[in-house]
Amino acid sequence: MFGYAGRILHVDLTSGAVKTEKLDKETAKKYIGGIGLGMRLFLDNSKPGTDPFNPKNPLIFITGPLSGTMAASAGNSYAVVSKSPLTDGIAESKSHGFFGAELKRAGYDAVIFTGKSDKLVYAWIDDDSVQLLDAQHLKGKSPHEAEIAIREDLGDFYIRVSAIGEAGENLVRTACIINDEFRAIGRTGMGAVMGAKNLKAVAVRGTNDVNVADLEGFTEFVRMIHERMKGPATRKYRTLGTPENVLVLNAIQAMPTRNFTQASFEGAEKVSGEYLNERYIKKIIGCATCGMRCDHIGVVPEGPYKGTTARVEFECLWALGPNCGVDRLDAIIEAIYQCDHYGMDGISTGVIVSFAMDCYEHGILTKKDTDGLDLRFGNAEALVEMIKRTGSRKGWLGDVLAEGTMRAAEKIGRGAVKYANHIKGLELPGYDLRTLKTAALGFAVSYRGACHLRSGAYSPDVKGKVDRFKIEKGRGKIVMKGEDVYNVIDSLILCKFSRGVYYEELEDMAKYYTLATGIKMTPEELMQAGERINNLARVLNIREGKGTREYDQLPPKILTVPVPEEGVAKGAVVNQKEFDVGLDDYYAVRGWTKEGIPTIEKLKELGLDDLIPIVKNKLAKPEPSKGKKKGGK
Amino acid sequence: MASKSEKRKFVSGDPAKCVGCCVCEYICSMEHEKTYNPTKSRIRAVRLNPLVNLAIACRLCEDAPCVAACPRDALEQSEETGIIMVDEEKCNGCGWCIEACDYGAIQLHPETKVVYVCDLCDGEPKCVEWCPEEALDFTTKDILSQKARVAVVKKLFQEALKATT
Repeated sequence: MFGYAGRILHVDLTSGAVKTEKLDKETAKKYIGGIGLGMRLFLDNSKPGTDPFNPKNPLIFITGPLSGTMAASAGNSYAVVSKSPLTDGIAESKSHGFFGAELKRAGYDAVIFTGKSDKLVYAWIDDDSVQLLDAQHLKGKSPHEAEIAIREDLGDFYIRVSAIGEAGENLVRTACIINDEFRAIGRTGMGAVMGAKNLKAVAVRGTNDVNVADLEGFTEFVRMIHERMKGPATRKYRTLGTPENVLVLNAIQAMPTRNFTQASFEGAEKVSGEYLNERYIKKIIGCATCGMRCDHIGVVPEGPYKGTTARVEFECLWALGPNCGVDRLDAIIEAIYQCDHYGMDGISTGVIVSFAMDCYEHGILTKKDTDGLDLRFGNAEALVEMIKRTGSRKGWLGDVLAEGTMRAAEKIGRGAVKYANHIKGLELPGYDLRTLKTAALGFAVSYRGACHLRSGAYSPDVKGKVDRFKIEKGRGKIVMKGEDVYNVIDSLILCKFSRGVYYEELEDMAKYYTLATGIKMTPEELMQAGERINNLARVLNIREGKGTREYDQLPPKILTVPVPEEGVAKGAVVNQKEFDVGLDDYYAVRGWTKEGIPTIEKLKELGLDDLIPIVKNKLAKPEPSKGKKKGGK
Repeated sequence: MASKSEKRKFVSGDPAKCVGCCVCEYICSMEHEKTYNPTKSRIRAVRLNPLVNLAIACRLCEDAPCVAACPRDALEQSEETGIIMVDEEKCNGCGWCIEACDYGAIQLHPETKVVYVCDLCDGEPKCVEWCPEEALDFTTKDILSQKARVAVVKKLFQEALKATT
């Protein structure tokens, strides 16, 4: 095969047994690679109702068809697929850097980890040789420290490592997996699944050629992408970076502030991309094979956090900054560094701390609960301390918050659920859904929980292509198209920062795919693959007892707390009625029932006939009437 | 007049510009090996930390130590271009040249098991052409020292320069 390695590696961590199987061309084309193929492999290698921390829950590292090639922004990628300890549904996350290319060069499209090691180990994949090595000396180390130690242990500088930190070892449900110092499999708690397997790291050295079907044509295509990457489509990422969003979103009152209380932040100037770049950013670097640069490396020049270095992007900056009422960039950079150090998703962590701050401000949490910490909004030191406690599960509150916002709210009780900002258990990212209502619909139906990168549904709102203050018929189609295209992007595993350089969108992507793999692919087929992947994910959630209408919901604050401050957005809130219109519209364009279940016809149309048994029972049931108990015998 | 060796052009990386993206490695393997494989690249990038990156290729040393180190006379330096030429019949992959090179620029080929080194792509190095940061220069040592002098004078006299513009 071209592009693909053609091999899937199975590693049983319980027995240490290793085997490989072949990847067939038909499956490869049908699910592309990355999250699509990953979710198919998840379906085929898991049983319904398995707890995410059960050894039988497979943890799948998977590359894309372009990983290991020279494809700009896609040659360096990989994804992880499993069942999420936050949502108890299907989980996927992608990362770039250097690790993904190395895994492909070692000769694998995917590595499926099952079982659980009886002590902490790391997997050492050296081309065909696969070993589980003792990792007890790496316990408590950050992902980056583990990376350095493994390189030294094995005596090879070019080994690439994807590892968990202390949070993953402690089964913190928001734990991430980090490769190449600061590139993360960030969302959905994949680091905790890895920790539950006693798998500290995956270390890879690959020396095989990665061949494409049309070497000259492919290289010319890459040259064209490189040229486009110097142009307007990537300007933002090459200059101020995603923190440019701070002032953009703030100006339109779409910047969630203090745990989604206000929609704008009075300290925005001080945490803006402009301010950040002028005072903190030391260098902008790039991932393997990429023609653009986006990694803004921030260094704190003075003060209590002097010398702290971290990669700064909008989402983490927002979550740990304005969302916690913090307007100090030095503390935000420190907070991002601590998230990376413990190995926790910066978005979820910020929203968890802001949730705790909101509870504290409303007297639901007191100093007794916080062990004396003054957890007011804006207390930067308290933010940093709370991150450390969460990562190490220190103290009562640290241990509770390590469970994620949804579970923490249940544990705290006392009405804390009112302040819990998550969808399906995954914390909200930095877009105010009260003032960006296409995004509200898009985030709610996302199969992995609250996510701006499952559909990009905030974009038409922010760009003014629709009336962002209402949900009406037609939004379903916008969300669906966004989702299907993003499924393709995440299965080819193109970096989303580069999405603008595919001027012809699916046509360019189909061309890229065919040049690499030699497998014919039309834009229409690619779009259908995107739709297939979304339906597959939906059915997987249904298999796990989720994935129906009642799970496509918005947090209480979005539905009940109007934007308080003056301005164009004053009073904005999502009402259930318009939201229901949106859901109906979305399910209708998806060809799903009113309950959000894919129909048999739809699954047949997409070649997912073997998934029909999973939905059949659900479909046979009459519309559930509220208040009644499930039919007894 | 500059001597011949001063006119020899080679590929030099600028650590201030290099971001460690390895595009040079991929295009090098594509050009020479007709595949994508950094482990077969004649230029290799090193990232020590996010702020410290540099790609390194053969620097065409005077009286190249790799040539001197070869016990089998398998290496020869071109009088004209300064390129290290490997006689693949004579080379047995013993690695003395690799040890002699301070820059890690000469490597053992993973398949042919003889050493290989930058050949400047017949005078048009592909890595220089492709580097997205323009961090690679195809230049001479004479020009490098000129640039360094101009840069330092600019720095020393930045106030005066500001006043004159």
